[in-house]
Amino acid sequence: MYSNLWLIPFFPLLGAIINGLFGKKIKNEAIIGSIGTLAMFLSFLVATQNFFRLIGDSQKVHEIVLASWMSVGNLQVNWELLLDPLSAVMIMVVTGVGTLIHLYSIGYMHGDPGFYRFFSYLNLFAFSMLMLVLGGNALVMFIGWEGVGLCSYLLIGFYIDKKSAGDAAKKAFVVNRVGDFGFLCGLLTLFWALGSHGVWTINFVEIAANAHLLEAGGVLITVVTLAFFLGATGKSAQIPLFTWLPDAMEGPTPVSALIHAATMVTAGVYMIGRMNILFAMAPSTMLTIAIIGAATAFLAASIGFAQNDIKRVLAYSTVSQLGYMFLAMGVGAFSAGIFHLMTHAFFKACLFLGSGSVIHAMHHAYHHAHLHDDPQDMRNMGGLRKKMPITYWTFLLSTIAIAGVPLFSGFFSKDEILWWSFGSTAGHPIFWIIAVAVAGMTAFYMFRLVFMTFFGEQRTDARARDHIPESPWTITVPLIILAFLAVVGGYVGVPKILGGGNHFGEFLNPVFGHAQELYDLHAHGSHAVEYTLIALSVCIALFGIYMAWLMYMKNPKLPAEFTAKFAGVYRFVFNKWYIDELYDFLFVNPCKRIGTFLWRAFDVRIVDGIVNGCAWVLKGCGAGLRYTQTGYMYNYAVAMVVGVVVIVGFYVFG
Amino acid sequence: MITVTHYLMLSAILFAIGTLGVLTRKNAIVVFMCIEVMLNSVNLTFVALSRHVGNLDGQIFVFFVMTVAAAEAAVGLALIIAFYRNRESIDVDDFNMLKW
Repeated sequence: MYSNLWLIPFFPLLGAIINGLFGKKIKNEAIIGSIGTLAMFLSFLVATQNFFRLIGDSQKVHEIVLASWMSVGNLQVNWELLLDPLSAVMIMVVTGVGTLIHLYSIGYMHGDPGFYRFFSYLNLFAFSMLMLVLGGNALVMFIGWEGVGLCSYLLIGFYIDKKSAGDAAKKAFVVNRVGDFGFLCGLLTLFWALGSHGVWTINFVEIAANAHLLEAGGVLITVVTLAFFLGATGKSAQIPLFTWLPDAMEGPTPVSALIHAATMVTAGVYMIGRMNILFAMAPSTMLTIAIIGAATAFLAASIGFAQNDIKRVLAYSTVSQLGYMFLAMGVGAFSAGIFHLMTHAFFKACLFLGSGSVIHAMHHAYHHAHLHDDPQDMRNMGGLRKKMPITYWTFLLSTIAIAGVPLFSGFFSKDEILWWSFGSTAGHPIFWIIAVAVAGMTAFYMFRLVFMTFFGEQRTDARARDHIPESPWTITVPLIILAFLAVVGGYVGVPKILGGGNHFGEFLNPVFGHAQELYDLHAHGSHAVEYTLIALSVCIALFGIYMAWLMYMKNPKLPAEFTAKFAGVYRFVFNKWYIDELYDFLFVNPCKRIGTFLWRAFDVRIVDGIVNGCAWVLKGCGAGLRYTQTGYMYNYAVAMVVGVVVIVGFYVFG
Repeated sequence: MITVTHYLMLSAILFAIGTLGVLTRKNAIVVFMCIEVMLNSVNLTFVALSRHVGNLDGQIFVFFVMTVAAAEAAVGLALIIAFYRNRESIDVDDFNMLKW
């Protein structure tokens, strides 16, 4: 019934192969772009078909075995896909947002010599991401997990002639490896732990069915889930492994939108959702996740205050919102976390694409005026709302959505998380306080961005000012669709208390309900409390917007006074809490020093010494032995006779 | 009575003479002839033992040895002539280029 599921990852793979192998020959941007976008669109159609089939189906979990992969002892690993409400939501997000971003890229990457390379990587990424979310066992998921890491590396370093891009790509890859190491440790420990109870499996359905064999709250399950969580922090840019994501903004903007906002960075959240029963069994891990999530959300939001690069603000905002999702996972609000993942994919993709549209226009204007100003610096923008009305409106709507203004999508998902962090059996009011503070901060820095970019006087160089165009339709159409989704996307999951049916949570219930019921994860409290909390969070969001308006619209001198007054704090935040410097000091430099030491002492002396020593000894032997070769025939004859005499003597007398 | 022992002793003497000749003589042709003496001493052993054991295998072997000796004579003499053309000498002391 779901036998065409394999087509979903297959189309992007096909697109990647065609563009990767023949793109250089095809050359025509329209054809290359169409192949890439069409592959995603076909995949989206198949995903939609399966999604609606699943909604109408009474059985919600389907495993489709494509082929046998390997069979070792008791372990049988298949190429298998898993379609359940969780993966159905994910494939819809990945293919839907992916299609729009592919379309957008046609306009954004126009004229780039690596056009075909870009589309090939982007398709390959979509394939890996779909394998990640559709994988029916941990190994298939791991292929996708590594694949998205690789594509992330390739796309961050897409501008191969830029050193900073290469450095950022390497940083992302190395940091992700640390996380992947955790993932593998967790997987192997889990495999062994279940195996010691006689169940040798890495299939997700079987893992969930046999999780009860492990002791809930025990050391083993805690170690396993913490290791998995380390994997999630790497991929989803949480403390301590979040530093790569802001640097990843070196990649082209569509990449930032697709990989570093909407899909890949949510893989960690998805993975926790996929193994929710294991995490539910380990309360100390859940607490760790909630703490890390809340701390990351706060840290990143505070850094977002002081950045002037439009994409960096959005990058820190992404880290912060991912922290929100992890907070949700940590307090047991699995479906709320996935809900926020989805709405975030809509509005953050729209924001990134909007910023890309702005950068594209600024770049165009500077190029036209032969200037070399930074097209990403918000201090060079201002007053763009009249120049780029479509970009402005879509950007504004998404900003309202992320700020948590009522009736927009971000409000519903964020509110659900806030409620759980307060009232959940695994939650605590402190989590709520941090989360609501972050909500206010989010509203502030996002509106700061909007005001600096689209409002106020034009700060662009006068020579470039009149050459800022609105972007072409391939860019604006995805913006409009995403902005529409950012506005209405929340209505699939309106909480019961606000008169909705929480359809989203109900849909995901077959995946999460069992664990939540078994390990008593639910939010409790009176309606009065819930209404009060909602009112408070809305007030704080509006207060954040008001503060941004006060500082960047009404009284533009205020920020300068502010930074002068709190120079120390400002510098601390501006320099991103010196986390990069701290990591350089703690990890990077010691590693470099160990490397230098091993190079000078071990490699040069010992490894090279052995190799050169062998050559030296053989050379010496040769130099000595060549004197035995006199060249006189009778010397050789004597040697032969002596040899014969010795051999015969040995047989006769020996 | 001449027994097989006498033949073998004669063969050994011939072989020793041949070996000494190869090692000590300077003239390449003499060295070459000494090698022939060694080969024929072996042939003598073959024939003597073949007769003693009553098996024809040894005598057949002699034909092989003779064939090889004939081929060797052809190649060896050709080599000596080629060497003489290069060096105006057939003294084995001048055969000294097979070294570093």
